[in-house]
Formats: sequence, structure tokens, C-alpha cells
Amino acid sequence: MLDGLRSYFSLCGSLFYWLFLAPFRGKPYRVSLIFAQMVRIGVQAIPLSALIVFTIGIVLAMQSLAQVQQLGAEILVPGLISSTMIREFAPLITAVILIGRSGSAVTAELGTMKVSEEIDALEVMAIHPTSYLILPRFIAMLVMMPLLAVFGIYVGMFGGWLICASAIDMPIPFFVTQAIAFVYPVDLVICLLKSGVFGLLIVTIACTIGINVRGGAEGVGLATTRSVVLSLLAVFVANAIMTALFFF
Amino acid sequence: MKESQTGAAESPGDGEAELIIEVTDLVRIFGTQTVLNGISFKIYRGDTFVIMGGSGCGKSTLLKHLIGTEQPTSGSIKIFGEEIVGLSDAAHAEIRRRYGMLFQSGALLQSLTVAENVSLPLVEHTDLDRGLIDTVVKMKLEQVGLTGHGHKKPSQISGGMKKRVALARALALDPPLLFSDEPTAGLDPIMTAVVDELTLDLTKKIGCTAVVVTHDMNSVFRIATRIIMLGTGDQQGKIIAQGSPAELEKSTDPTVQNFIRGEAGRSGDDAATAELYRDALLD
Repeated sequence: MLDGLRSYFSLCGSLFYWLFLAPFRGKPYRVSLIFAQMVRIGVQAIPLSALIVFTIGIVLAMQSLAQVQQLGAEILVPGLISSTMIREFAPLITAVILIGRSGSAVTAELGTMKVSEEIDALEVMAIHPTSYLILPRFIAMLVMMPLLAVFGIYVGMFGGWLICASAIDMPIPFFVTQAIAFVYPVDLVICLLKSGVFGLLIVTIACTIGINVRGGAEGVGLATTRSVVLSLLAVFVANAIMTALFFF
Repeated sequence: MKESQTGAAESPGDGEAELIIEVTDLVRIFGTQTVLNGISFKIYRGDTFVIMGGSGCGKSTLLKHLIGTEQPTSGSIKIFGEEIVGLSDAAHAEIRRRYGMLFQSGALLQSLTVAENVSLPLVEHTDLDRGLIDTVVKMKLEQVGLTGHGHKKPSQISGGMKKRVALARALALDPPLLFSDEPTAGLDPIMTAVVDELTLDLTKKIGCTAVVVTHDMNSVFRIATRIIMLGTGDQQGKIIAQGSPAELEKSTDPTVQNFIRGEAGRSGDDAATAELYRDALLD
């Protein structure tokens, strides 16, 4: 436990150096590696993310309609969907998707590199693993996570509108007007903040566990499981804390 | 031949040749097990210094200490005159640019092609333009007999080819010092000879220094200028023999002779225990 925390903060310290100090000491970011990771971590997650958030939007709309129709308050449904999507579901569901798809892949990849001595080889070639392997993944996750969350808001809202349109013939201008009326700019800011914090937690946990793998293929498997479990725990706890701070 | 438990292996050219590596009283303890026990030796420019010994004797661990991926429990390691034990990452990186390392598994980056692997040190540590880097990569691949394989991924080539790519990568910056962990393991006899010739060329023609961990006795006697042998069992992690190949061949130590000849002999307590066990069975 203590060793794990030490490794985590050591990695965070190293990241801080390579993120903020190294560029001013003649060690620029490896832009091509960052873009490659943005594609792997974010762009390739778009179809899965879209599908899942779309179904969440549909479910939200159906459940909301079922409840409010009894009160004749269907006009509240767009606002209910938009506020729930922006405040909670878009950042949280995107985080869960990226934990399962990208965080686990980062741990498995770094773990495999560790056991096959690729990370040792980088060190011996005087290429710092944080600079070459971790920083590109960190920046990619921090950029792609909020973008995917915003993308998720639109897709989820679209799913919600499809239900509203088919069930109660709600026109799209009315849906959009009602949806916007129930949210504030600060909600979007908090959504982006949550996404950033989730992305930071996911990538630092995945990298710390991946780069400290021991014990061959079995070790990689165990590390990947641990990475997913710890990331889920960290994201849900962080989400509860931030919701309490900003909305309660 | 000088044989000692902890004494430094001396070069014939002491006082004249440039000292490249100096290891003094190196100790490494994992839990309750002492893996390296008071290791001391010196390596001079142009040496092909071979570290050999039975499985589990600590020779790969010793190599990992020399390249700085493991830290010793106590002792000193100087490379190019600089103490590397406890050295900062930045300072160590400066020293690491001056040597190459061939890992036992090759340790090629799987996400890169063969050519990208070989070019990596050049891209990272030189200001050469892309065209010149490509030319150097082609030369290095030709040197290890892999012309035309640059576009392949490591997963598309054999284990022996991976090892030769790793050798090309280790030599990309023309380092004055080369570390090799089992450089000929998994290679066919012809490629083993090619790698040995390459090591000899580096040391004899260019004045490069090579530190090689190997089990392959043919290679040892083909390339070594000096050898240390690490012990196992009671002698775990200690230097049990050292000297030139000729001196080791003449050694009267049965452990050394068994190792050189590849015989399954026993020595010391193991042999005594076996004798007692046989007598007890016969009685």
C-alpha cells in the first residue's frame, strides 16, 4: 500500500517535471507521440462512447417520460435529460468507458513493456520513460477526456430527443430550448473540470501500475485488473466529492 | 592465473590503458539472499570482458548494476571515472549516451519498426537530418546482416533477427562501451560467428570496450581478453576465478574446468553429500 502510494506520487512528481519544467530546459514535448496517443485513447473510443451514451440518453428520456407523463409535465423532460447528462452522466460514463477501454490498455501495454525489458532499454538509451511513454498518454487523456464528455452530451441529448419526438411528437427547437433553459454555463465548466480530474486519475493510476509490473504475463493480467478496479474506485469517489462540493 | 574471492581483476595493461569501469566491493542483497558478494574488478579500454558462471550466479544482476537499472546494497561502480551509484537521472543519462546495451531478449520497442528501433538513439541524441539517419540505419542493419528488413515490426522477425536488430541499435551511436547480455543465445552457428566477429572488430579495430555476459564457451574463447567467473552455492555472488582465457583453461579448480568443458561434475559439499548418499544406499 505504502509502496504503491510512493510509486504514484513519484510518478506524479516526474510528470510535473516533464510537463512544466523540462520544456524550458530544451526537452520539448514529443508532439507526434501525443497525437498518436490521442488517436488511440480518444478517437478510437468514439464509436463505443457514442453507442453507450446514446443508450443512456434514450433510457433517461424513457424513464423521465414514464414518471412525468402522469403529472402532465412532459416539458420538463428535455431539461431533466440535459442537466443529468451534463452534470453527471456524460463525464462519469465517459470515464467508465475510458477506464475499461483505454486505461486498461495503457496498463497492459506498459506492463508488457516492463516485463520484456523495453522500459529498461529506453532508460539505458538515456530516454526517460516518463518523457517518452507516460507524458504523451497523460496529455492525450487530459485533452481527449473532456472532448469525449462534450461529445457524449450531444449524443446523449440526441438519444433523448429521439424518444421525445417519437413518443410525444416533441419538435427539436422546443426540445433544445427547454434543454438549454435548465442548465447554466457553470454546469458545463464543472462537467469539463470533472472530466479533467477523471482523466488525470485514470491515466496516472494506469501508468503507475503498468510501469511497476512484476512477474511476467500473470503480473500484467493482475496489474490490469488492479488498474481498472482502482480507477473505478477513484473516479466514483472523486465524482461524489465534486458533486457534493458543486451541487449540494 | 589470479584467483580470489573479492580481489580486483587486474588488466595486463594496468597503468597504460584507460580505465573504463571500476567496480569495488559490490554487494547486492535481495531479502535474505546475497546475490552479489564483494565483487571487485577493473575493465580497461579495448578489453572484451566476459562475465560467466552457472545459472543463478548473479551475472545478469551484475550487468544490471553496471548499466544502472539496479542499485547495489553497498559498493562502488565507476564508469568513465564517474560514480554511478546514487547518481541522478540527468547525470546518469549523460553517461548512458556513451554506451550501448544489448539485452538478452533484444528488448526492441514493439510499436516501432526495425529501422525506427535502430534510429531511436540517433533521433533522440543527435541533430542529424533524416536522410543521414536513414543512411546510418541502413549501414548498421547491413553490419548485422539484416539489409531489407527495416520496414518490418519486431513481431514479424525471428528471435535471432531481433537480437541482431538490438545489436544494431546498441551500436547506432558508435559507443565506446558495449554491454551484451547473452549476445549469441538463440543464434545459429554462422550468426554466432558474425556477432563474435563484430565484437572483435569493435574492440580491436575501433578500441571499443565490450562487457559480455555469456554461457557460450566457444564465444568466450573466441572474443574474451579477460574473464571473471561467478560462483554458486557457498560461493554465491563471489568471483571464483578470473584471468585471461588461457589462464582459465589451465585452472585446477574443478568447478571452472567442469564449466568450461560442459561436464556435469560436482564439487565441494555437493559432491561430499552425493558420496555419503550413495554409500548410505549401498549399505
